[in-house]
Amino acid sequence: MTVSENAPPGAPAAVETSAALAPAWSHDATQATALWHGVVVMFSTPGCVLFLTALGFGTLVRDAGMTLGHALFLSLVMYALPAQVMVVDQLQRGATLLAVALAVTLTAVRLLPMTVSLQPYIRRRGGSPLMQFAAVHFVAITAWIEGNRRLPYLREDLRLAHFLGIGLGMVGATATGSAVGFVMAAHMPLTMQAALLFMTPTYFLLSTIAAATHRRDWMAIALGAGLAPLVYVWMPEADLLVAGLVGGTVAYAAGRTAA
Amino acid sequence: MSATLQDGYGGYLVLLAIAALAHEPWRWLGFVLGRNLSADGEVFLWVRAVATALVAGLVMKLLVFPAGTLTQVPSLVRAAALSGGLVMFVMGRQSLALGVAGGSILLALLEVARSGGFLALLW
Repeated sequence: MTVSENAPPGAPAAVETSAALAPAWSHDATQATALWHGVVVMFSTPGCVLFLTALGFGTLVRDAGMTLGHALFLSLVMYALPAQVMVVDQLQRGATLLAVALAVTLTAVRLLPMTVSLQPYIRRRGGSPLMQFAAVHFVAITAWIEGNRRLPYLREDLRLAHFLGIGLGMVGATATGSAVGFVMAAHMPLTMQAALLFMTPTYFLLSTIAAATHRRDWMAIALGAGLAPLVYVWMPEADLLVAGLVGGTVAYAAGRTAA
Repeated sequence: MSATLQDGYGGYLVLLAIAALAHEPWRWLGFVLGRNLSADGEVFLWVRAVATALVAGLVMKLLVFPAGTLTQVPSLVRAAALSGGLVMFVMGRQSLALGVAGGSILLALLEVARSGGFLALLW
Protein backbone atom coordinates (compact mmCIF):
# COMPACT_ATOMS: atom_id res chain seq x y z
CA MET A 1 0.00 0.00 0.00
CA THR A 2 1.31 3.41 -0.79
CA VAL A 3 0.55 6.61 1.01
CA SER A 4 1.41 8.83 -1.92
CA GLU A 5 -2.02 10.39 -2.43
CA ASN A 6 -2.45 11.46 1.16
CA ALA A 7 1.16 11.98 2.11
CA PRO A 8 2.40 15.53 2.59
CA PRO A 9 5.01 16.72 0.16
CA GLY A 10 8.43 15.42 1.04
CA ALA A 11 7.25 12.26 2.79
CA PRO A 12 8.69 9.05 1.41
CA ALA A 13 6.28 6.87 -0.51
CA ALA A 14 7.60 3.59 0.82
CA VAL A 15 7.19 2.28 4.35
CA GLU A 16 10.66 0.71 4.57
CA THR A 17 13.02 2.20 7.10
CA SER A 18 16.09 3.87 5.78
CA ALA A 19 18.67 3.40 8.54
CA ALA A 20 20.84 6.17 7.15
CA LEU A 21 18.02 8.71 7.52
CA ALA A 22 17.02 7.68 11.05
CA PRO A 23 17.41 10.50 13.60
CA ALA A 24 20.49 10.19 15.80
CA TRP A 25 18.49 9.73 19.01
CA SER A 26 16.79 6.62 17.65
CA HIS A 27 19.91 4.48 17.20
CA ASP A 28 19.79 2.97 20.68
CA ALA A 29 16.44 4.34 21.82
CA THR A 30 14.07 2.62 24.22
CA GLN A 31 10.27 2.87 24.03
CA ALA A 32 10.38 5.65 26.63
CA THR A 33 12.92 7.69 24.65
CA ALA A 34 10.86 7.28 21.47
CA LEU A 35 7.77 8.47 23.36
CA TRP A 36 9.58 11.46 24.80
CA HIS A 37 11.07 12.49 21.46
CA GLY A 38 7.49 12.37 20.15
CA VAL A 39 6.15 14.59 22.91
CA VAL A 40 8.72 17.34 22.22
CA VAL A 41 7.52 17.57 18.60
CA MET A 42 4.90 19.90 20.13
CA PHE A 43 7.64 22.56 20.25
CA SER A 44 8.25 22.34 16.50
CA THR A 45 6.71 24.92 14.15
CA PRO A 46 3.55 22.86 13.46
CA GLY A 47 3.10 22.41 17.22
CA CYS A 48 3.44 26.14 17.80
CA VAL A 49 0.97 26.94 15.03
CA LEU A 50 -1.44 24.46 16.58
CA PHE A 51 -1.00 26.21 19.92
CA LEU A 52 -1.73 29.61 18.31
CA THR A 53 -4.83 28.21 16.65
CA ALA A 54 -5.97 26.71 19.94
CA LEU A 55 -5.64 30.18 21.51
CA GLY A 56 -8.26 31.31 19.00
CA PHE A 57 -10.44 28.33 19.90
CA GLY A 58 -10.24 29.15 23.61
CA THR A 59 -11.26 32.73 22.85
CA LEU A 60 -14.15 31.45 20.75
CA VAL A 61 -15.38 29.23 23.59
CA ARG A 62 -15.56 32.21 25.94
CA ASP A 63 -17.12 34.32 23.18
CA ALA A 64 -19.87 31.70 22.84
CA GLY A 65 -20.62 31.81 26.57
CA MET A 66 -19.21 28.41 27.41
CA THR A 67 -16.76 27.54 30.18
CA LEU A 68 -13.02 26.80 30.51
CA GLY A 69 -13.98 23.23 31.38
CA HIS A 70 -15.88 22.92 28.08
CA ALA A 71 -12.84 24.20 26.16
CA LEU A 72 -10.52 21.66 27.82
CA PHE A 73 -13.01 18.81 27.59
CA LEU A 74 -13.56 19.33 23.85
CA SER A 75 -9.80 19.49 23.26
CA LEU A 76 -9.33 16.16 25.04
CA VAL A 77 -12.30 14.11 23.80
CA MET A 78 -12.38 15.43 20.23
CA TYR A 79 -8.89 16.66 19.54
CA ALA A 80 -9.54 17.98 16.03
CA LEU A 81 -9.89 21.75 15.91
CA PRO A 82 -12.25 21.99 12.90
CA ALA A 83 -14.80 19.80 14.73
CA GLN A 84 -14.25 21.66 18.01
CA VAL A 85 -14.80 25.02 16.31
CA MET A 86 -17.82 23.61 14.50
CA VAL A 87 -19.45 22.50 17.78
CA VAL A 88 -18.91 25.82 19.51
CA ASP A 89 -19.85 27.94 16.50
CA GLN A 90 -23.03 25.95 15.78
CA LEU A 91 -24.12 25.98 19.45
CA GLN A 92 -23.44 29.72 19.56
CA ARG A 93 -25.77 30.19 16.60
CA GLY A 94 -28.44 28.12 18.32
CA ALA A 95 -28.30 25.13 15.97
CA THR A 96 -30.10 21.93 16.96
CA LEU A 97 -27.98 19.11 18.36
CA LEU A 98 -28.78 17.00 15.31
CA ALA A 99 -27.44 19.70 13.00
CA VAL A 100 -24.33 20.01 15.16
CA ALA A 101 -23.74 16.25 15.10
CA LEU A 102 -24.21 16.08 11.32
CA ALA A 103 -21.77 18.91 10.65
CA VAL A 104 -19.23 17.39 13.07
CA THR A 105 -19.51 13.99 11.46
CA LEU A 106 -18.88 15.48 8.02
CA THR A 107 -15.67 17.14 9.22
CA ALA A 108 -14.67 13.82 10.85
CA VAL A 109 -15.13 11.47 7.86
CA ARG A 110 -11.74 12.58 6.58
CA LEU A 111 -10.21 10.97 9.69
CA LEU A 112 -11.11 7.52 8.33
CA PRO A 113 -8.73 7.49 5.34
CA MET A 114 -6.13 9.34 7.41
CA THR A 115 -6.30 6.61 10.08
CA VAL A 116 -6.13 3.87 7.47
CA SER A 117 -3.08 5.38 5.81
CA LEU A 118 -1.24 5.52 9.14
CA GLN A 119 -1.93 1.87 10.07
CA PRO A 120 1.13 0.37 8.30
CA TYR A 121 3.34 2.44 10.60
CA ILE A 122 1.65 1.66 13.91
CA ARG A 123 0.42 -1.92 13.43
CA ARG A 124 3.04 -4.52 14.20
CA ARG A 125 2.92 -8.18 15.11
CA GLY A 126 3.51 -8.43 18.85
CA GLY A 127 2.62 -4.79 19.48
CA SER A 128 0.03 -3.89 22.11
CA PRO A 129 -3.43 -3.83 20.48
CA LEU A 130 -4.66 -1.48 23.22
CA MET A 131 -1.90 1.05 22.50
CA GLN A 132 -2.47 0.71 18.75
CA PHE A 133 -6.13 1.48 19.33
CA ALA A 134 -5.30 4.40 21.62
CA ALA A 135 -3.09 5.86 18.88
CA VAL A 136 -6.01 6.44 16.50
CA HIS A 137 -7.43 9.11 18.82
CA PHE A 138 -4.46 11.28 17.84
CA VAL A 139 -5.23 11.14 14.14
CA ALA A 140 -5.89 14.80 13.30
CA ILE A 141 -4.16 16.92 10.72
CA THR A 142 -1.08 18.12 12.68
CA ALA A 143 -0.13 14.84 14.37
CA TRP A 144 -0.93 12.95 11.16
CA ILE A 145 1.39 15.07 9.03
CA GLU A 146 4.18 14.83 11.62
CA GLY A 147 3.65 11.07 11.91
CA ASN A 148 3.83 10.61 8.15
CA ARG A 149 6.95 12.74 8.04
CA ARG A 150 8.84 11.08 10.90
CA LEU A 151 7.69 7.48 11.37
CA PRO A 152 9.08 6.04 8.10
CA TYR A 153 12.62 6.83 9.22
CA LEU A 154 12.28 5.09 12.58
CA ARG A 155 12.91 1.49 13.56
CA GLU A 156 9.61 -0.37 13.37
CA ASP A 157 9.49 -1.17 17.09
CA LEU A 158 9.79 2.53 17.99
CA ARG A 159 7.08 3.90 15.70
CA LEU A 160 4.00 3.30 17.86
CA ALA A 161 5.61 4.81 20.97
CA HIS A 162 6.86 7.78 18.95
CA PHE A 163 3.44 8.45 17.44
CA LEU A 164 1.77 8.16 20.86
CA GLY A 165 4.27 10.76 22.06
CA ILE A 166 3.52 13.08 19.12
CA GLY A 167 -0.23 12.70 19.80
CA LEU A 168 0.07 13.34 23.54
CA GLY A 169 2.21 16.42 22.88
CA MET A 170 -0.22 17.80 20.30
CA VAL A 171 -3.25 17.20 22.56
CA GLY A 172 -1.26 18.95 25.27
CA ALA A 173 -0.56 21.90 22.95
CA THR A 174 -4.26 22.09 21.99
CA ALA A 175 -5.52 21.88 25.57
CA THR A 176 -2.95 24.38 26.88
CA GLY A 177 -3.63 26.78 24.00
CA SER A 178 -7.40 26.57 24.57
CA ALA A 179 -7.03 27.26 28.27
CA VAL A 180 -4.61 30.15 27.76
CA GLY A 181 -6.83 31.63 25.04
CA PHE A 182 -9.91 31.32 27.25
CA VAL A 183 -8.22 33.01 30.22
CA MET A 184 -6.49 35.68 28.13
CA ALA A 185 -9.73 36.62 26.37
CA ALA A 186 -11.13 38.07 29.60
CA HIS A 187 -8.19 40.44 29.98
CA MET A 188 -7.74 41.53 26.40
CA PRO A 189 -9.11 44.46 24.44
CA LEU A 190 -11.67 43.51 21.81
CA THR A 191 -9.17 44.09 19.01
CA MET A 192 -6.81 41.44 20.37
CA GLN A 193 -9.69 39.01 20.91
CA ALA A 194 -10.74 39.52 17.31
CA ALA A 195 -7.16 38.89 16.15
CA LEU A 196 -7.04 35.61 18.11
CA LEU A 197 -10.45 34.51 16.82
CA PHE A 198 -9.23 35.27 13.32
CA MET A 199 -6.29 32.85 13.58
CA THR A 200 -8.42 29.71 13.63
CA PRO A 201 -10.14 30.08 10.24
CA THR A 202 -6.93 31.40 8.66
CA TYR A 203 -5.07 28.33 9.90
CA PHE A 204 -7.73 25.96 8.54
CA LEU A 205 -7.65 27.62 5.14
CA LEU A 206 -3.86 27.76 4.87
CA SER A 207 -3.31 24.19 6.10
CA THR A 208 -5.93 22.97 3.62
CA ILE A 209 -4.09 24.83 0.85
CA ALA A 210 -0.74 23.45 2.05
CA ALA A 211 -2.12 19.90 1.90
CA ALA A 212 -3.59 20.32 -1.60
CA THR A 213 -1.77 18.17 -4.13
CA HIS A 214 -4.27 17.62 -6.94
CA ARG A 215 -6.64 19.85 -8.93
CA ARG A 216 -9.47 18.04 -7.13
CA ASP A 217 -8.22 19.54 -3.84
CA TRP A 218 -8.03 23.03 -5.31
CA MET A 219 -11.54 22.76 -6.75
CA ALA A 220 -12.87 21.48 -3.43
CA ILE A 221 -11.36 24.47 -1.62
CA ALA A 222 -12.73 26.97 -4.16
CA LEU A 223 -16.20 25.39 -4.37
CA GLY A 224 -16.56 24.92 -0.60
CA ALA A 225 -15.44 28.47 0.08
CA GLY A 226 -17.71 29.87 -2.64
CA LEU A 227 -20.80 27.83 -1.88
CA ALA A 228 -20.92 28.12 1.93
CA PRO A 229 -21.68 31.87 2.18
CA LEU A 230 -24.22 31.65 -0.66
CA VAL A 231 -26.06 28.69 0.83
CA TYR A 232 -25.88 30.26 4.31
CA VAL A 233 -28.04 33.16 3.15
CA TRP A 234 -30.55 30.76 1.67
CA MET A 235 -30.67 27.97 4.30
CA PRO A 236 -28.40 28.69 7.28
CA GLU A 237 -29.03 25.32 8.96
CA ALA A 238 -27.61 23.25 6.11
CA ASP A 239 -25.04 25.54 4.54
CA LEU A 240 -21.96 23.50 5.42
CA LEU A 241 -23.55 20.16 4.59
CA VAL A 242 -24.49 21.47 1.14
CA ALA A 243 -21.16 23.22 0.58
CA GLY A 244 -19.24 20.09 1.65
CA LEU A 245 -21.32 17.48 -0.16
CA VAL A 246 -22.02 19.41 -3.36
CA GLY A 247 -18.64 21.16 -3.55
CA GLY A 248 -16.70 18.00 -2.69
CA THR A 249 -18.64 15.78 -5.07
CA VAL A 250 -18.31 18.21 -7.99
CA ALA A 251 -14.58 18.57 -7.27
CA TYR A 252 -14.19 14.78 -7.12
CA ALA A 253 -16.08 14.30 -10.40
CA ALA A 254 -14.08 17.03 -12.11
CA GLY A 255 -10.85 15.49 -10.84
CA ARG A 256 -11.86 12.15 -12.34
CA THR A 257 -12.78 13.46 -15.76
CA ALA A 258 -9.59 15.51 -15.88
CA ALA A 259 -7.42 12.50 -15.04
CA MET B 1 -22.80 30.74 33.56
CA SER B 2 -23.39 29.31 30.18
CA ALA B 3 -25.67 30.70 27.53
CA THR B 4 -25.29 28.02 24.90
CA LEU B 5 -24.78 24.86 26.91
CA GLN B 6 -26.27 23.56 30.14
CA ASP B 7 -24.35 24.04 33.35
CA GLY B 8 -22.88 21.12 35.23
CA TYR B 9 -22.74 17.57 33.92
CA GLY B 10 -25.45 18.13 31.32
CA GLY B 11 -23.28 20.25 29.04
CA TYR B 12 -20.36 17.83 29.27
CA LEU B 13 -22.62 14.91 28.46
CA VAL B 14 -23.83 16.67 25.31
CA LEU B 15 -20.24 17.32 24.21
CA LEU B 16 -19.21 13.75 25.04
CA ALA B 17 -22.17 12.35 23.11
CA ILE B 18 -21.32 14.43 20.03
CA ALA B 19 -17.67 13.35 20.23
CA ALA B 20 -18.39 9.67 20.82
CA LEU B 21 -21.27 9.30 18.36
CA ALA B 22 -20.39 11.72 15.56
CA HIS B 23 -16.63 12.19 15.65
CA GLU B 24 -14.63 9.30 17.14
CA PRO B 25 -16.31 6.42 15.20
CA TRP B 26 -14.50 7.46 12.01
CA ARG B 27 -11.17 6.91 13.71
CA TRP B 28 -12.37 3.55 15.11
CA LEU B 29 -13.58 2.50 11.68
CA GLY B 30 -10.21 3.43 10.18
CA PHE B 31 -8.56 1.25 12.81
CA VAL B 32 -10.86 -1.71 12.13
CA LEU B 33 -10.59 -1.46 8.34
CA GLY B 34 -6.87 -1.08 8.83
CA ARG B 35 -4.82 -2.71 6.14
CA ASN B 36 -7.70 -4.13 4.21
CA LEU B 37 -8.38 -0.78 2.59
CA SER B 38 -6.19 1.30 0.39
CA ALA B 39 -6.05 4.93 1.46
CA ASP B 40 -5.89 5.81 -2.23
CA GLY B 41 -9.23 4.21 -3.13
CA GLU B 42 -11.86 6.14 -5.08
CA VAL B 43 -14.19 6.39 -2.07
CA PHE B 44 -11.46 8.03 -0.03
CA LEU B 45 -10.68 10.53 -2.76
CA TRP B 46 -14.33 11.57 -2.62
CA VAL B 47 -14.32 11.67 1.20
CA ARG B 48 -11.22 13.83 1.12
CA ALA B 49 -12.78 16.20 -1.40
CA VAL B 50 -15.97 16.53 0.70
CA ALA B 51 -13.98 17.16 3.89
CA THR B 52 -11.81 19.72 2.12
CA ALA B 53 -14.83 21.57 0.72
CA LEU B 54 -16.50 21.46 4.13
CA VAL B 55 -13.52 22.92 5.96
CA ALA B 56 -13.15 25.63 3.27
CA GLY B 57 -16.86 26.34 3.75
CA LEU B 58 -16.47 26.53 7.52
CA VAL B 59 -13.62 29.03 7.05
CA MET B 60 -15.75 31.27 4.83
CA LYS B 61 -18.71 31.05 7.20
CA LEU B 62 -16.53 32.04 10.16
CA LEU B 63 -15.08 34.95 8.19
CA VAL B 64 -18.05 36.21 6.17
CA PHE B 65 -20.77 35.61 8.77
CA PRO B 66 -18.94 35.42 12.11
CA ALA B 67 -21.03 34.79 15.21
CA GLY B 68 -19.33 36.62 18.07
CA THR B 69 -16.74 39.32 18.65
CA LEU B 70 -15.54 39.15 15.05
CA THR B 71 -18.84 40.76 13.96
CA GLN B 72 -17.45 44.03 15.32
CA VAL B 73 -14.67 43.94 12.75
CA PRO B 74 -15.97 45.27 9.39
CA SER B 75 -16.07 42.68 6.63
CA LEU B 76 -13.69 44.74 4.51
CA VAL B 77 -11.04 44.54 7.25
CA ARG B 78 -11.58 40.78 7.58
CA ALA B 79 -11.18 40.33 3.83
CA ALA B 80 -8.05 42.49 3.76
CA ALA B 81 -6.47 40.58 6.66
CA LEU B 82 -7.24 37.21 5.08
CA SER B 83 -5.75 38.35 1.75
CA GLY B 84 -2.69 39.67 3.58
CA GLY B 85 -2.26 36.37 5.44
CA LEU B 86 -2.57 34.46 2.16
CA VAL B 87 0.05 36.66 0.48
CA MET B 88 2.46 36.24 3.41
CA PHE B 89 1.86 32.48 3.38
CA VAL B 90 2.66 32.25 -0.33
CA MET B 91 5.60 34.68 -0.22
CA GLY B 92 7.01 32.84 2.82
CA ARG B 93 7.20 29.51 0.95
CA GLN B 94 3.93 28.22 2.40
CA SER B 95 4.86 29.07 5.96
CA LEU B 96 1.77 28.44 8.11
CA ALA B 97 3.23 30.36 11.04
CA LEU B 98 3.87 33.44 8.92
CA GLY B 99 0.45 33.34 7.25
CA VAL B 100 -1.55 32.74 10.42
CA ALA B 101 0.30 35.18 12.68
CA GLY B 102 0.71 37.73 9.88
CA GLY B 103 -2.99 37.75 8.99
CA SER B 104 -4.01 38.25 12.62
CA ILE B 105 -1.47 40.99 13.26
CA LEU B 106 -2.67 42.74 10.10
CA LEU B 107 -6.27 42.50 11.36
CA ALA B 108 -5.28 44.02 14.71
CA LEU B 109 -3.27 46.82 13.07
CA LEU B 110 -6.10 47.67 10.68
CA GLU B 111 -8.56 47.76 13.56
CA VAL B 112 -6.32 49.99 15.62
CA ALA B 113 -5.80 52.32 12.69
CA ARG B 114 -9.54 52.40 12.07
CA SER B 115 -10.52 53.14 15.66
CA GLY B 116 -7.93 55.89 15.95
CA GLY B 117 -4.42 55.43 17.18
CA PHE B 118 -2.20 52.85 18.75
CA LEU B 119 -3.18 53.85 22.30
CA ALA B 120 -6.32 51.80 21.81
CA LEU B 121 -4.17 48.68 21.61
CA LEU B 122 -3.16 49.14 25.23
CA TRP B 123 -6.68 49.51 26.44
